[in-house]
Amino acid sequence: MESIKTQNRLKTTLSVLLMVFLAILVMVPFYFMIVSSFKDVSVIFANGINVNIDFSKMNFDNYKSLWTNQNGIYWSWYKNSLVITVVETVLVLVFTSMVGYGLAQYDFKGRKFIFALVLVMMMVPPSILLLPLYKLVTQLGLMDSYAGVILPYVVPASSIFFFRQFCMGLSREFAESARIDGCGEFRIFWQIYVPLMKPAFGAMTILTTMNAWNDFLWPLVVMKSTENFVIPAGLMSAMTPYGNNYKLLFAGSVMSIVPILIVFVLNQKQFIEGLTVGGVKG
Amino acid sequence: MQKPNSEVSGVTNHEDADSRPKVRRIKWDRIAPYLFVSPFIISFLVFSLYPFISAVIMSFQQVNGFSDVKWIGLANYQQLFKDGDFYAALWNVVRYGFWTILILIPLPMLLAYIMNQKGIPFKGFFRSVYFVPVLTSSVIAGLIFKYAFSGEKSGVFNELLHVFGAGPLDWLNGSHTAMFALVVIAVWRWLGVNMIYFLSGLQGISPELYESASMDGANSFQKFWYVTIPMLKPITIYVLTISIMAGFSLFNESYVYWGAQSPNNVGTTLVTLIYKAAFSQGNFGYSCTLGVALFVIVVVVNAVQTKAMGLFKDEA
Repeated sequence: MESIKTQNRLKTTLSVLLMVFLAILVMVPFYFMIVSSFKDVSVIFANGINVNIDFSKMNFDNYKSLWTNQNGIYWSWYKNSLVITVVETVLVLVFTSMVGYGLAQYDFKGRKFIFALVLVMMMVPPSILLLPLYKLVTQLGLMDSYAGVILPYVVPASSIFFFRQFCMGLSREFAESARIDGCGEFRIFWQIYVPLMKPAFGAMTILTTMNAWNDFLWPLVVMKSTENFVIPAGLMSAMTPYGNNYKLLFAGSVMSIVPILIVFVLNQKQFIEGLTVGGVKG
Repeated sequence: MQKPNSEVSGVTNHEDADSRPKVRRIKWDRIAPYLFVSPFIISFLVFSLYPFISAVIMSFQQVNGFSDVKWIGLANYQQLFKDGDFYAALWNVVRYGFWTILILIPLPMLLAYIMNQKGIPFKGFFRSVYFVPVLTSSVIAGLIFKYAFSGEKSGVFNELLHVFGAGPLDWLNGSHTAMFALVVIAVWRWLGVNMIYFLSGLQGISPELYESASMDGANSFQKFWYVTIPMLKPITIYVLTISIMAGFSLFNESYVYWGAQSPNNVGTTLVTLIYKAAFSQGNFGYSCTLGVALFVIVVVVNAVQTKAMGLFKDEA
């Protein structure tokens, strides 16, 4: 009995050690990013990024430069990312929850076909349409605008799939009894089912926010003028063949992670639960 | 006088009230589902089907600016089959898929298994820590790793090699090391997400299965092999599918490391080629040809995969 107990304790200790080790590995890139963001540019220039910390040579200059560099262009990238992310997330949530609900809660002609289309769209990498979409957005006169970045991606198939899977688990009886009471179809959705779908909304909020905030290729193609860039594209533009703007790169990277981290920390329980409810089952 | 009157009218009113909304309700019942799914239908037609058709058309054209268009038949496709860059990119994507699957299925599965044991402290904390990397944009992750993979002696990975008495390596210019640099970002970013998927799968396995396995005299390893792994099959298939697709859409990390052109195509991906043809070379028609090719490849891979899974299902 004693030996089994010691054996178990040893097992737990080894497991925790492995978990701690992996956690440290996972955090190392953040360590470099944060430490470099406080280092003097001359130090980075001479030594690259490395493990050494010399507190006497650390300061907030890089962060201050976010305001002074090219008249604080970093903050207009920040604003662009914020506006695009918020608008896109709201639209995605509204549209895909409607579609997912429609596919799960009604029997109608064409339902199977539409769901099959959703599945196909989930499989196809969006980048195959890069050029024709660019052409379409040009023809619509939406180049270099928020609408051009947002509109093509407001009804993503993966999010529809997620809401549909979640709604399949909700009873149709609520809707039936509400109908008998004379409640309209849209009110049934809005007042009865949307509250029931709250965990799904939680998960999709973070997932969509994350995707929109980190999106790179499409905004890179649509946004032509430097002040209209989103953060990732802006930071990329700070890397030039003629030398890199390290101040902007590191401090800008750190600042760009902050909002998404806040959203995650505030909703993480809901998010992780939601992710595992809708993402995998079915 | 009033009372009977109102009663009579009340009856007729009642009948009216009963029949009229019924007609309306049946109509709404029929229309409502289409209204609910209409955002998808509109978006599909405008932003997927129409561009797809126009991609197929443009793939048979030479397009210099959208107004200057010349039909050239299969010339773009002939170019595709002769294009060394295309084969290099395809090979990179296949290798990338192979390595990510080889690492990002067993490792998160094992990690989830370890974390799911009884008596492990701070589970929630570790789960969140492993999850944070995926919140970071692949561009920003790429920027950091680009410096870490610097060919200079002072680069992080070269310093690490130096400790073991090896190196320095010119990481981003060699074929194998470049692939390593791409796979490292993928492993770093997706480890936590895949672990959460497997963790949810593990929590769905009934403890009774393990108990009866114990009664049959199975040890920990046998329990993992004969109970855990088969029970995790649906999730494994899901993770496998998203991993394969991630390879085909790979772009950001490669673009941050090398831009649109990597030395000897060490990091070129299919999406890099689509981007390069369109926006560096202005060869719109060929960009669409590459897009159509990628579409066909993805459809074939999916068909094969579905078939393979179907076969597994018959076995089970």
